[in-house]
Amino acid sequence: MDYETFRHFADSWGLLYLVILFVGIVAFTFRPGGSKAARNAAHIPFERGENDE
Amino acid sequence: MNQAAQVIAVAAAALLALFGAALGRDPLFQAHAWILFFVLVAASYLLLQRKPAEAAAIPFKGATTKSGDAVSAAPAYLDGPIRYGAVATVFWGIAGFLVGVVIAAQLAWPNLNLEPYLNFGRLRPLHTSAVIFAFGGNALICTSFWVVQRTSRQRLFGGDLAWFVFWGYQLFIIMAATGYLLGVTQSREYAEPEWYVDLWLTIVWVAYLVVFLGTIMTRREPHIYVANWFYLSFIVTVAMLHVVNNLALPVSLMGVKSYSLFAGVQDALTQWWYGHNAVGFFLTAGFLGMMYYFMPKQAERPVYSYRLSIVHFWSLIFLYIWAGPHHLHYTALPDWAQTLGMVFSVMLWMPSWGGMINGLMTLSGAWDKVRTDPLIRMMVIALAFYGMSTFEGPMMSIKSVNSLSHYTDWTIGHVHSGALGWVGMISFAAIYYLVPKLWDRSRLYSLRMVNWHFWLATLGIVIYAAVMWVSGITQGLMWREYDQEGFLVYSFAETVAAMHPYYAMRVFGGLLYLAGALVMAFNIYQTIRGRQRQERPLVTAATAAQPAE
Repeated sequence: MDYETFRHFADSWGLLYLVILFVGIVAFTFRPGGSKAARNAAHIPFERGENDE
Repeated sequence: MNQAAQVIAVAAAALLALFGAALGRDPLFQAHAWILFFVLVAASYLLLQRKPAEAAAIPFKGATTKSGDAVSAAPAYLDGPIRYGAVATVFWGIAGFLVGVVIAAQLAWPNLNLEPYLNFGRLRPLHTSAVIFAFGGNALICTSFWVVQRTSRQRLFGGDLAWFVFWGYQLFIIMAATGYLLGVTQSREYAEPEWYVDLWLTIVWVAYLVVFLGTIMTRREPHIYVANWFYLSFIVTVAMLHVVNNLALPVSLMGVKSYSLFAGVQDALTQWWYGHNAVGFFLTAGFLGMMYYFMPKQAERPVYSYRLSIVHFWSLIFLYIWAGPHHLHYTALPDWAQTLGMVFSVMLWMPSWGGMINGLMTLSGAWDKVRTDPLIRMMVIALAFYGMSTFEGPMMSIKSVNSLSHYTDWTIGHVHSGALGWVGMISFAAIYYLVPKLWDRSRLYSLRMVNWHFWLATLGIVIYAAVMWVSGITQGLMWREYDQEGFLVYSFAETVAAMHPYYAMRVFGGLLYLAGALVMAFNIYQTIRGRQRQERPLVTAATAAQPAE
């Protein structure tokens, strides 16, 4: 694959792939029920004492 | 792994270093190999002195733990490397700040350049590497080991591998630092060590990745807490940056010199792809991981918005990697690449400020802690500087602003408001948080001394940044001043002379910051010794806040 082909692949399909991936991640974060999961996750540092497993 | 295998491995490495010293093709390589030889001989001697029972015991902890207890009760978490890491962080911090003050003084009073080992050219990389990689790196490694164990509810993966990571990293620091003083450098900014030291760091870094990722993969908590995402992105990205930027061919396997695989503008872009992402992933993502754990813990309330922290993470990851070309505005780099770097830098405003707001709003409903808790105060000022420097950075990446700011002291001021303000302050707070817990002390030796540290450091940063703004803009304006005939008004030497008062003031700001770190070292030392200072509490009943009527 020469430089030109590689570069055009990167600024078309590569760009599209990254944008879709990012939008998908953000959409997944705000899915229905996501807030409950997020609330639970936010409490992970507090669930147990710092020295018990 | 038992002790014998470790001693044999270190001694064998020492022998190899001796061969390097004997067969080296150039005097620098021989000198560097001698240093490595003596370090490894000392290390194997210390390993031999260490009895297996002591290996299990907690170092420096004799004051409160009876010798029998430590052996019988195997701790659930592996905290030994974290204890060593906390001490190393303070030690290298002071070393790095001290060298910073020295080179600031050299700029103001050039007679302080002591040829050849202690001139500015050799001490400057010593300063940058000591503060970024030795101070910041140790802070990141030890806090990441703490956070990943607590949020995964799992002991560090790989047994003694975490010890290898700690000692291997210290060896990297020693080899890099002594190399700079000897004059061994490949002249890539923030990546000055030559090929053999780079290879060693790669090995250590892969071991670090194995320990961290292994702990996450064997976790007993279903969700991976956001701090671990930030730490993991820091480890993975730094591995990638380090390997690509340091692709080079050594002239001889027994010599220091190597040549980069890249040339010309590709070389410059690779360097700044590395350089800016060292800022983005070493100095930002890693320390954000620290913030997302220690800020909620110290404030005793969960992060303001967990979902915002996820969006913060992914937008930072997707944007940062493209921002490097803004270091090469108005150079041979193609125009589209410069614009790309500028646009992505400006977009970085959003995740950065989202993260800052998320951290600060964690205190929502508990703002009184800023007044009563010096650790919270440090974290808040760290976030404030994070916000300020991530506002300033994108602004400076805009081409028209950059035409004034580039190559001037404004850049130096910007870097230091990020490094001293954000990275330094959040690390100090994390170390103050960890040390009493690591050595099983009920509290720090002195909270008032933390408060002193806070004000010394803050005042130092403010002086430093303000002085560099003035000198940088003065410099930029003097450089571009033309007269009616189109000639430059000032010679370069005139602009250097104009900087002198600012350089002297900068030394003062640096001294304040160093003084704060020395106060910290004393406080940490006394805390580890198990002492408590008898002092008036910071907040007494008389000054405590009254609830609003």
